[in-house]
Amino acid sequence: MNQFFTAADYFVLNPAIFLALFGCAILLFDLLLSPDPKQRKWLLGILVVGLGFAGVALLKQQLYLNESGQSQLTAFQGALTIDRFALLFNWIFELATLIVAIVSYNYLDIEGEHHGEYYALMLFAQCGMFFLAAGTDLVTLFVGLELMALSFYVMVGFLRTDKRSNEAAMKYLLLGAFSSGFLAYGFSLMYGLAGSTLLSDVSAAISKRGPWDPVVFLAMATTAVGLLFKISAVPFHMWAPDAYEGAPTTITAYLSVASKAASFAFLLRIFLGPLASARPSWEPLLTVVAILTMTVGNLAAISQSNIKRLLAYSSISHAGYMLLGLIAGNETGIQGIAVYVLVYAFMNLGAFLVVVAMRRKNIIGEDLDDMAGLMYKSPGYAILMLVFLLSLAGIPPTAGFLGKYYIFLSLIETHHYVLAVIATLYVAVAIYYYFRVVKTMFVGEMVEKAPLASSFGLRLALGITGVMTLAIGIYPEPILRLAQSSLLK
Amino acid sequence: MDQHLLSIVLFAPLAGFVILLLIPGSQKNLIRLWANLVGFGSFLISLLLVSRFDKNIPGFQMVERVDWIPTFGAQYLIGIDGISLLLVMLTTLVGFLAILSSWNAIDDRVKEYYAMFLLLQTGMIGVFVSLDFFLFYMFWELVLVPMYFIIGVWGGPRRLYAAIKFFLYTLTGSVLMLLGILTLYFQYHQQFGAYTFEIEKLMTLDMPLGIQQWVFWAFFIGFAIKVPMFPFHTWLPDAHVEAPTAGSVILASVLLKMGTYGFIRFSLPLVPKASVNVTIVQILAVLSIVGIIYGALVSLMQQDWKKLIAYSSVSHLGFCTLGIFAMNPNGIAGSVIQQINHGISTGMLFLIIGVVYERRHTREIAEYGGLAHVMPKYAIVFAIAMLSSAGLPLLNGFVGEFTILQGAFEANRAWAAFAVMGVILGAAYLLWLYQRTMLGQVTNGRNLHLPDMSAREIAVFLPLIAWAIWIGVYPKPYFDLLEKPVQQIVQRVRPDYYQGAVKADAGTRQHGGVATMQAGAAQ
Repeated sequence: MNQFFTAADYFVLNPAIFLALFGCAILLFDLLLSPDPKQRKWLLGILVVGLGFAGVALLKQQLYLNESGQSQLTAFQGALTIDRFALLFNWIFELATLIVAIVSYNYLDIEGEHHGEYYALMLFAQCGMFFLAAGTDLVTLFVGLELMALSFYVMVGFLRTDKRSNEAAMKYLLLGAFSSGFLAYGFSLMYGLAGSTLLSDVSAAISKRGPWDPVVFLAMATTAVGLLFKISAVPFHMWAPDAYEGAPTTITAYLSVASKAASFAFLLRIFLGPLASARPSWEPLLTVVAILTMTVGNLAAISQSNIKRLLAYSSISHAGYMLLGLIAGNETGIQGIAVYVLVYAFMNLGAFLVVVAMRRKNIIGEDLDDMAGLMYKSPGYAILMLVFLLSLAGIPPTAGFLGKYYIFLSLIETHHYVLAVIATLYVAVAIYYYFRVVKTMFVGEMVEKAPLASSFGLRLALGITGVMTLAIGIYPEPILRLAQSSLLK
Repeated sequence: MDQHLLSIVLFAPLAGFVILLLIPGSQKNLIRLWANLVGFGSFLISLLLVSRFDKNIPGFQMVERVDWIPTFGAQYLIGIDGISLLLVMLTTLVGFLAILSSWNAIDDRVKEYYAMFLLLQTGMIGVFVSLDFFLFYMFWELVLVPMYFIIGVWGGPRRLYAAIKFFLYTLTGSVLMLLGILTLYFQYHQQFGAYTFEIEKLMTLDMPLGIQQWVFWAFFIGFAIKVPMFPFHTWLPDAHVEAPTAGSVILASVLLKMGTYGFIRFSLPLVPKASVNVTIVQILAVLSIVGIIYGALVSLMQQDWKKLIAYSSVSHLGFCTLGIFAMNPNGIAGSVIQQINHGISTGMLFLIIGVVYERRHTREIAEYGGLAHVMPKYAIVFAIAMLSSAGLPLLNGFVGEFTILQGAFEANRAWAAFAVMGVILGAAYLLWLYQRTMLGQVTNGRNLHLPDMSAREIAVFLPLIAWAIWIGVYPKPYFDLLEKPVQQIVQRVRPDYYQGAVKADAGTRQHGGVATMQAGAAQ
């Protein structure tokens, strides 16, 4: 009989424990504080300390892997695996949570909804993401997903008095629950096939049956639906624009970066794990989905006049590009997804941060027109936004180019020439709508003259994302090595 | 400093750009002065390149190599041969003159304007000196953003349309070109087991014709849009008409050369089998000839002075591409010379439009007439520019067009016959333009008291005029400079070309074929 909770288990689970504990600590401590919004700074402090503890725990794991030369650490009889893949994604989550949290402090004041639960929910969500990146067991993964999703349902609807926020949360909840149902159905079939919830056992069972076995196909299809919903791939993207628009902008940023990264980690674990041998059956399916995702994302973005919706559609199209890496399926492609997710975290966070800064007391600042003449009002923000948009479009020398570069290269290497041409042509479409924003910022006539919101946290966060977006683009070597070592084999 | 001279030339404008950002925007004159200093300084530094360059050494010189992204084999690898040297000099000179010419023309958002120009300058030089495809692509794309802003912010009434059209056209071309680059990169890895973007290494690839053709067309789209070749030229008139004067000058003089340079530096040597493929050569030659004649005919019909010059660019660039795809030393050398010539003369023509536009704020040809009476100095400068563009002997245009026609004649007589029609039409639309704007009586009362050119305005033209006359009267140094690189390219594309020449010449001079050929080109 195995011991249930060993020191090794604890070591692997450590980051999640800290995240959960500090999340609870925020909830408790919040009760002691007076309702004055200023007091919430203590909660932000707890969150940062919690992230610090989790970060140290992750660092220890990373160092342990480096020193021992092992490729992974497993715990709970294989239900959790810490490998470099999991660590890379966890670093992305840490970064995203930290940046969103320090920006939220000022933003929530402006929105007039500064409550302690917000910070606790962020930590809970990140805890869920930890399990998505590190889970190698169907149940662990599913629980992780639900933990993350439930936190997000609440955070999306955090602006209680705002109709759009409520609507967004409701839509997201209903569709999210629906997709989780699909996923659970797929997982139950996998369990039925293998008689075990461990991904390694499921892999063995599926490869024995072959890709075209009807049960395998059904399990693959239903699981794929659930996963594609989470990464907002077309035709399961309907929730994204509404949720992105209605949610508090900080949460939109968080949702579009951290949640998407976690879902991609999850998707890769499943498709490169249990479903790897079923590739012949899902490759055509995902190819169609990827093309549709790029098409709808890019074309719908053209006509948006709300900047958050525009970025929502752009984020849909990015999911399409990342899927292409999986379709190519070789080492370059998988590495490409890792690089893409990483640079996407910086550039997309950055772009949303500028939108966060647009929100001021009495000014919603979400319309494209609100950005008019930004260059002559707040040149710093305008130039940063330009950098982020160029990066999102994939123009060198910004980080975004690297992500695209790897995806294109992997498609060429695997002889997916048509896909490569389609993907490159959509870059030109994308530049059109990103440059609608640029045009408004640099050439448009200023509508209102109120300066953009600014706080220490916002400036720090913009500084980090902006510098990283350029630095990775100009000298990507360290990031590439990191991604290369994090390949999921 | 000597080893890094090329890097200094490349990054001097960028350094100037960074310092410019530190100057407060209200100090307009200080900003102008600084930008001019940087432009002039960069030009002076680049003159050192000429003195250090040894035309007798084949291959690239002043090579600098630093590992940049070892993970996928991209290097910071720059160097120049005769072709790039000429284009770099053109860039630094015209770049400086464009900045100089903007002193009075731009009074709005001055800081941003000059910042964009300096950034553009580094991007353009980078394109001409990169010997690593990844680096090249970075610079190639870097050029787009500043040019978008120059057109989109300081341009005419339809500037936003023109700017995004320019951006979308070139970007579409360049992403497809990227696919071609990646194919080469991947092929190299398959054959040699290593990843590299180094152009000289990629040249050692041996690929079947099928793949070469795909790569060729991918490159073709990227370069042909930039040149622009017919039928990808439609962005050009819009961009030229809407851009501010200095923007048009840079666009015509330097930016378009990125496309022709791409053909010479990349298409020909990297995919030689495809480049000499009969079908491809025929298609390219026909497109070039259509461009030459179509561009000239459309120029004849223009009511707008600037649009006329814009379409004339399509025609002149048609000569350049025709020369390249004649695939012989005369054609290619002539093409490079003609690229420089076009940079000089069309740059001057756009500057000339800028001079009257600053005074009258219209470009309608019908608004002018008889300006020679009011602005005699202006009429002289315009005459020189116009004649140099029309290809009058003893001016630069003649040398380039003549050599290209020689090359075309050698390749296919019909091409030469059609191209000659372009020369005739070219003289027609330019002379007619001159007649309508400069000669006769002053038809419009508002033109009666226009001031003639100021000293600063004349100073802008002097170097270009001097250069035009130099090339026209004594082009030998230029042909000498191009001899080695052109020979290498022809050797690469048509290995049998020189052998044939040697055989034909065997009776008298065993190994003198090459020399005779070059001497012929130099005449």
